[in-house]
Amino acid sequence: MLNTFDILETIRMIQDECLDIRTITMGISLLDCIDPDIDKACDKVYDKITTKAKDLVRVGQQIEKEYGIPIVNKRISITPIAMLAAACPNGDPVKFALTLQRAADTCGVNFLGGYSALVHKGFSAGDMALIRSIPEALSRTSNVCSSVNVGSTRSGINMDAVKIMGEVVLESAKITADRQCIGPAKLVVFCNAVEDNPFMAGAFHGVGEPDCEIHVGVSGPGVVRSAITKYPDATIDELADVIKKTAFKITRMGQLVGARASKMLGVPFGIVDLSLAPTPAVGDSVAQVLEGMGLEQCGTHGTTAALALLNDAVKKGGVMASSNVGGLSGAFIPVSEDQGMIDAAIAGTLTLEKLEAMTAVCSVGLDMIVVPGDITAETISAIIADEAAIGMVNNKTTAVRLIPAIGMKEGEMLEFGGLLGSGPVMPINTKSPAKFISRGGRIPAPMHSIKN
Amino acid sequence: MRAVITVIGKDTVGILHKVSGICARHNANVIEVTQSVLQDMFAMIMMVDISGLSTDFSALSDEMSALGKTEGLAIHCMHEDIFNSMHKI
Repeated sequence: MLNTFDILETIRMIQDECLDIRTITMGISLLDCIDPDIDKACDKVYDKITTKAKDLVRVGQQIEKEYGIPIVNKRISITPIAMLAAACPNGDPVKFALTLQRAADTCGVNFLGGYSALVHKGFSAGDMALIRSIPEALSRTSNVCSSVNVGSTRSGINMDAVKIMGEVVLESAKITADRQCIGPAKLVVFCNAVEDNPFMAGAFHGVGEPDCEIHVGVSGPGVVRSAITKYPDATIDELADVIKKTAFKITRMGQLVGARASKMLGVPFGIVDLSLAPTPAVGDSVAQVLEGMGLEQCGTHGTTAALALLNDAVKKGGVMASSNVGGLSGAFIPVSEDQGMIDAAIAGTLTLEKLEAMTAVCSVGLDMIVVPGDITAETISAIIADEAAIGMVNNKTTAVRLIPAIGMKEGEMLEFGGLLGSGPVMPINTKSPAKFISRGGRIPAPMHSIKN
Repeated sequence: MRAVITVIGKDTVGILHKVSGICARHNANVIEVTQSVLQDMFAMIMMVDISGLSTDFSALSDEMSALGKTEGLAIHCMHEDIFNSMHKI
């Protein structure tokens, strides 16, 4: 039997502590849309997406009503478009991006991810054309997201791709400079990208996945923060226990919503991604969870340890709550999307170097970080290489989503609005890595990649 | 299938009547009610059977939210599954 305390706790989590389902994401394979004629391929892509996902938004809204929990985003992830572009070498890949935008508009989804290429060991047909088209594609669309995987633990890091991605990020910012440099906010450079990630901007539908499936991404930093502030004198292991129990409850909610959505849409249930994803809303901040553990401000000494504890406890609590856990699963640290991180960055407590260390123990990487507009492409590439190296060596996903603020200097702010928030321009190291980046080639896979 | 309706707000005459009136109109059978009034704050949790609902669930929940708005109360109408999954293993 339900008791009053449990009922009121759930309602408090939703109403006061910003608990929500961050996203239900439908993964759709486009492998059956490949066609040597790019216009035909685009038609097939449009038809497939709008057929499979026609009820996604409606079902999402119905579940919101039924359970009384907000589902903030309804999204679609698709097969990396480079695989479709490979079949039409003379076509302009931007046509695919425009088709995807049209499909996203028709379905009413918030984001569509998968304008992507996987080049961790090298480029195959279609990859290079797609990567070069990313700035234009992101500039001419508003809801299409792009990602490129440049490294993996098994294959090493493709330094040619790293070099190019530095240029692509910078170019994306330049051609959207009149719109708060929004282009690169929709572009993620990965190492060890996962195939079933429901979170943007890095979502794509891997080739090992079924034709169509439903993933769920949960949220809930506000709930965790509120839970730990109730135990001001708890030891660290007691704190870990509190986080585990809270993560369990949050994830159960995700599991319930995913199972219901999968049944209503007649599509298999993929995974629950148990990520603590912050929003710029007051209290919904991962930085404030860390501060709640006893740090004066996020970014000070001790932050990496606190984040490691949080990341691990979230996984341990969540894993039992769901039959299939996947995606990125852990704590996200996107600077511009987290009020506590923004404050810490403005105060100078949180620096790029500290964030890099934090990415070794969090679920992803350097996320939504605004850098000065006069940054060079080589420096961006070098930041990507550093981050990919952390992922490669530590067997984890890492990513880079940097936004060069064209025409702006340290201390100024970019305002994206909505879930993307706003970010202060953070200082970078200005010594040149150009020679290292210009060498090209591949960083060999580490010793522990040889596992068989 | 059951749903949980919670009502929290300032106590006025007829809250229970209005909420249960909506339930009756949608053919939701009230199974259990716990209610308390602390000073002038009213808190009620109502368990209703929705298997014989004459409309769809979102219509019931919309009407409850609308009542909450006009009366200045926080009314939530949620399927019991959410509480079961969150609080029971």
